[in-house]
Amino acid sequence: MRDFEYSRAESLDGAAGQLGDGASIIAGGTNLLDLMKIQVMVPGRLVDISRLEDLKGISEHGDGLRIGALVTNSELAADARVRSGWPLLSRAILAGASAQIRNKATTGGNLLQRTRCPYFYDTAMACNKRTPGEGCAAQGGVGRMLAIFGTSEHCLAAHPSDMAVALTALAAEVEIRAADGGIRLVPVRELYRLPGDRPDLETVLGAGEIITAVRLPAPRPQTRQVYKKVRDRASYAFALVSVAVAVEMKDERIASVSLACGGVAPCPWTNPEAEQALIGAAPGDDAFATAADALVAQASCHPDTEFKIPLLRRTLIAALREATGLADSAAANPTTRTPA
Amino acid sequence: MTKTFRMDEAQPRLLDETGQGIIGAPLDRPEGPKKVSGRAAYAADGMPDNAAHGVLVRATIPRGRITGIDTASVAETPGLLGVFHGPRFIRNPAQGMAGEAPVQPGDEVHYHGQPIALVVAESFEAARDAAQRLVVSYDADANVDTDPAKTDALEKGDPETAGDFEAAFSKADVTLDRAYSTPPHAAAAMEPHAALAEWEGETLTLRGAQQMLKTNRLELADAVGIDPENVRILSPYIGGGFGSKLGIGPEAVSAALAARELRRPVRVVMARQTVFDAVLRRTETTQRLRLGADRSGRLLALSHDDRVTNLQDEGFAEPVSQASQFLYGAEGLSFAQTLARVSRTPSGSVRAPGEAVGMLALEQAMDELAEMLGMCPVELRLKNLPEKNPMTGQPFSATRLADCLRDGAERFGWKDRKPVGTRRDGEWYVGMGMASAARSNMLIESAARVRLSAEGAVVETDMTDIGTGTYAILGQIAAEMLGLPVEKVEVRLGDTRFPAAAGSGGSFGASSAGSATFLAAKAIRETLAERMGCEPSDLTLQNGMARGGNREVPLSELIDAELVEEASVEAGDTSESHFSSGFGAHFAEVAVHAYTGEVRVRRMLGVMAMGRILNEKTARSQALGGMIWGVGSALTEEMAHDPRTGHMVTRDLANYHVPAHADVPGDMTVVFLEERDDMANPIQTKGIGELGISGAGAAILNAVRNACGARIYDMPATPDRVIAAMDAAGY
Ligand SMILES: Cc1cc2nc3c(=O)[nH]c(=O)nc-3n(C[C@H](O)[C@H](O)[C@H](O)COP(=O)(O)OP(=O)(O)OC[C@H]3O[C@@H](n4cnc5c(N)ncnc54)[C@H](O)[C@@H]3O)c2cc1C
Ligand code: SF4
Repeated sequence: MRDFEYSRAESLDGAAGQLGDGASIIAGGTNLLDLMKIQVMVPGRLVDISRLEDLKGISEHGDGLRIGALVTNSELAADARVRSGWPLLSRAILAGASAQIRNKATTGGNLLQRTRCPYFYDTAMACNKRTPGEGCAAQGGVGRMLAIFGTSEHCLAAHPSDMAVALTALAAEVEIRAADGGIRLVPVRELYRLPGDRPDLETVLGAGEIITAVRLPAPRPQTRQVYKKVRDRASYAFALVSVAVAVEMKDERIASVSLACGGVAPCPWTNPEAEQALIGAAPGDDAFATAADALVAQASCHPDTEFKIPLLRRTLIAALREATGLADSAAANPTTRTPA
Repeated sequence: MTKTFRMDEAQPRLLDETGQGIIGAPLDRPEGPKKVSGRAAYAADGMPDNAAHGVLVRATIPRGRITGIDTASVAETPGLLGVFHGPRFIRNPAQGMAGEAPVQPGDEVHYHGQPIALVVAESFEAARDAAQRLVVSYDADANVDTDPAKTDALEKGDPETAGDFEAAFSKADVTLDRAYSTPPHAAAAMEPHAALAEWEGETLTLRGAQQMLKTNRLELADAVGIDPENVRILSPYIGGGFGSKLGIGPEAVSAALAARELRRPVRVVMARQTVFDAVLRRTETTQRLRLGADRSGRLLALSHDDRVTNLQDEGFAEPVSQASQFLYGAEGLSFAQTLARVSRTPSGSVRAPGEAVGMLALEQAMDELAEMLGMCPVELRLKNLPEKNPMTGQPFSATRLADCLRDGAERFGWKDRKPVGTRRDGEWYVGMGMASAARSNMLIESAARVRLSAEGAVVETDMTDIGTGTYAILGQIAAEMLGLPVEKVEVRLGDTRFPAAAGSGGSFGASSAGSATFLAAKAIRETLAERMGCEPSDLTLQNGMARGGNREVPLSELIDAELVEEASVEAGDTSESHFSSGFGAHFAEVAVHAYTGEVRVRRMLGVMAMGRILNEKTARSQALGGMIWGVGSALTEEMAHDPRTGHMVTRDLANYHVPAHADVPGDMTVVFLEERDDMANPIQTKGIGELGISGAGAAILNAVRNACGARIYDMPATPDRVIAAMDAAGY
């Protein structure tokens, strides 16, 4: 581990002032400290924001919620308002990491956690995200966790957050405070940049900017929300693929749908064509398959991620079946066969 | 004087006659409270004040020569004490029971991740930073074999055969010929490998995390270049081994070398990534199973060929077909192994080497054969149980496999199993599967000392407890033999100054060290009988009282000075005349998500006959742990290597997936069938831990097939493989 300076911010202004070159905010530290130990991240200074009261707590904001950047993943998932109005968010958070990590992990830190690409973690391997221009060892290597959408020849990595996927499907916005104190709002999906030729630039945050909160708009009434995460073991693993959907039904047809996918892109992945294909449709595996086709149409795979196309299709269909009540009726008809 | 006993014939079942009545009792582990309250000192605990910290540096080429280690590149490190490397550094841990130093490659690099130097500093953080920054230059070889699928460095063994396989296979009514593959596995012990080395003059004391002290001492002495008499190893507590701590490792040798030069203690704890890079792993395997049967389901031909890998100069090859060679009989049997040499982290013994992966293939093949024959899988197995070891002709010393299969089927509700793909619970397919379990049993030379005084008894042996319950069972054996409450027996382990035992490996520790303890205590009983004026067979010892020859005397009155006996045991004629193995049957029920291919194990049952059970609780925990590893091998565990460099890609426990709690069913049952193995050893026990693994994964995979039609030939059954297999099977 490299030596670093440590300073505890007493105010937002103070924090912004200390965020010079080579400085990094530390919140829960569950991602940053791991990366510092293996020297993938080597900040010269840590600015500890964990005592800033302004960033704590969940408050009602219009018909929605304002979630402070320091609200822990555990606190957010357990919040009664969240569980009743935005159950998708609770489920996504609880599908991630472990109870101990969620107790420490924060809302802001979760959004900004780094990729889990194993070559990014190994300083003996070339990685453009770690060292721009060095090359990408994942090309031609192994990588079942890599992305299939939004990648570039310079970087194939996926963003690992489950929470960000749920927030995207729920149309949440990130509240960002500039060094001069100005506040701007950015939809969660647009917080992230696609890698292009600069995979090291991961978000639209500028120098000295701090995430202060996430704003969650009122849920649409009558929506059924589902988060479906498929992984290599039953818990404590990152998503191979995940699907967040919120579906609103009217007269037995889909009136509106909001969809985001995880484990497949450098950001929570959205696809308006797939959503469009569902609007007005009667729920059923055929309609869902059409949406799934639209969803995976643009995929571009590393040899190890080809499975993500069928897996994402199937996971989307499963999530939609659950969100539209079809999965419930399957229990009553135990011999139903599954179309591939 | 040590009394050596050779196991040449069956011995009386003394432990069934002694009076204390605590053999088999489900007693808690005596060291448990210390462990859960942080008072048990593991190797890396208890850092002396003047100790320095060492961090290993790895090679970052697959193969070649080190042309320079630029110590100037880290000269500025605060508190730097030195950069150590040289001809005595070892390439990788010793194989289990090697008893000599592993390869000392000098300036050669044989695999990516090989420890090549040790950076020592006053602080751990500084040492770690310097290890990361140290500039090493190499002359890298071109064209290195790093991919087992492509290498042509193959060592082909002659097939081991009985009868004529080809002839028997060609006349079979039903035949099956299948290829399987399993990925490399990590031992994945919780405690990372650690060593604290300290010299006093010529004498080296090593606190290490080691499973087999007798041979570890020889290995360490040989590596460092000193007389084994001058090496003491202490390893009283070990945070799991699973085979990965059988041999002395680079952390221990480098700590010893640096400590000698610095004249102060040096501690080296491997980072988790280093544990993955530089500790022996289980090889990847490819396997081919050929089974031929007549219409009635009698096996005529059985062949199990495999291909495994290892690094150059390593003598170990995973014995993949071990159980296939004796579990079922057939007219024609054939087993051939090919060893591919690759530049990857070398392979060694990891949790039930052989059976853990071989039985995944064998028992899935048997399931498929049963299906082809339209036969119940339990019946197929029952029909093919041999009278004798079909390869060697030895009679089995004790086998209750048929009872295990029948009892298990009954308890599990096997008769309710439905045809493939017909049972649904909502979006989940549900199915049942089963498999036989087998793991051959051994007796390994072991010694122990027992002391009896008026205060109680002490057991001393260099045997280790890797979390399995050795402290508990050796205490129980001594207490039973000496008629003492178990609290009156103190067990001291893990010190090379004590009599040398088998160590923990191959599930032979309890039987071997337990027999030695038994024999030493038996010798004390003989002295006590003499003092009572009766025959040893007429002596009853219970709760501190001695009865015999019509007298009843408090034990304390018979002991003037401490009675000390040392005994040792070794395998003898019975290991030739008979074949000993634990046997059992595994049953599993799983749910498979019809869309996503996720597998959830709903319940598991293991019915096992593994000789005398010494402690029902620790034995059950061993069996359960084994079955959980079965879940891992079937569903989650997979090490990945980059085919270009051979380097380990899954270098931590976030990427190497051992089963999490949610993968383990709440309903896990273990049943022991009463058994005594008279030919195995003087206490009629067999090995336990590894039997729980052997076959467990196959039961799960067979249940996956029954649930949703997917046969998983390439393991583990992660969702991607399950959906592909469901598609292939048309479900
Ligand atoms: C073993 C393991 C398994 C995991 N599994 C999952 C999983 O399945 N799903 C999942 O979603 N996550 C998973 N995680 C990741 C976990 O969710 C993140 O580590 C955690 O959310 C990060 O939050 P933190 O507060 O600890 O961030 P930190 O580590 O403190 O910070 C992370 C980054 O965010 C920056 N930062 C933090 N707060 C702010 C702010 N307010 N403004 C600007 N920058 C900020 C920091 O500078 C740093 O770069 C796992 C983690 C581990 C270790
Ligand atoms: S995929 Fe991205 S993170 Fe991974 S090695 Fe390539 S550049 Fe680095």
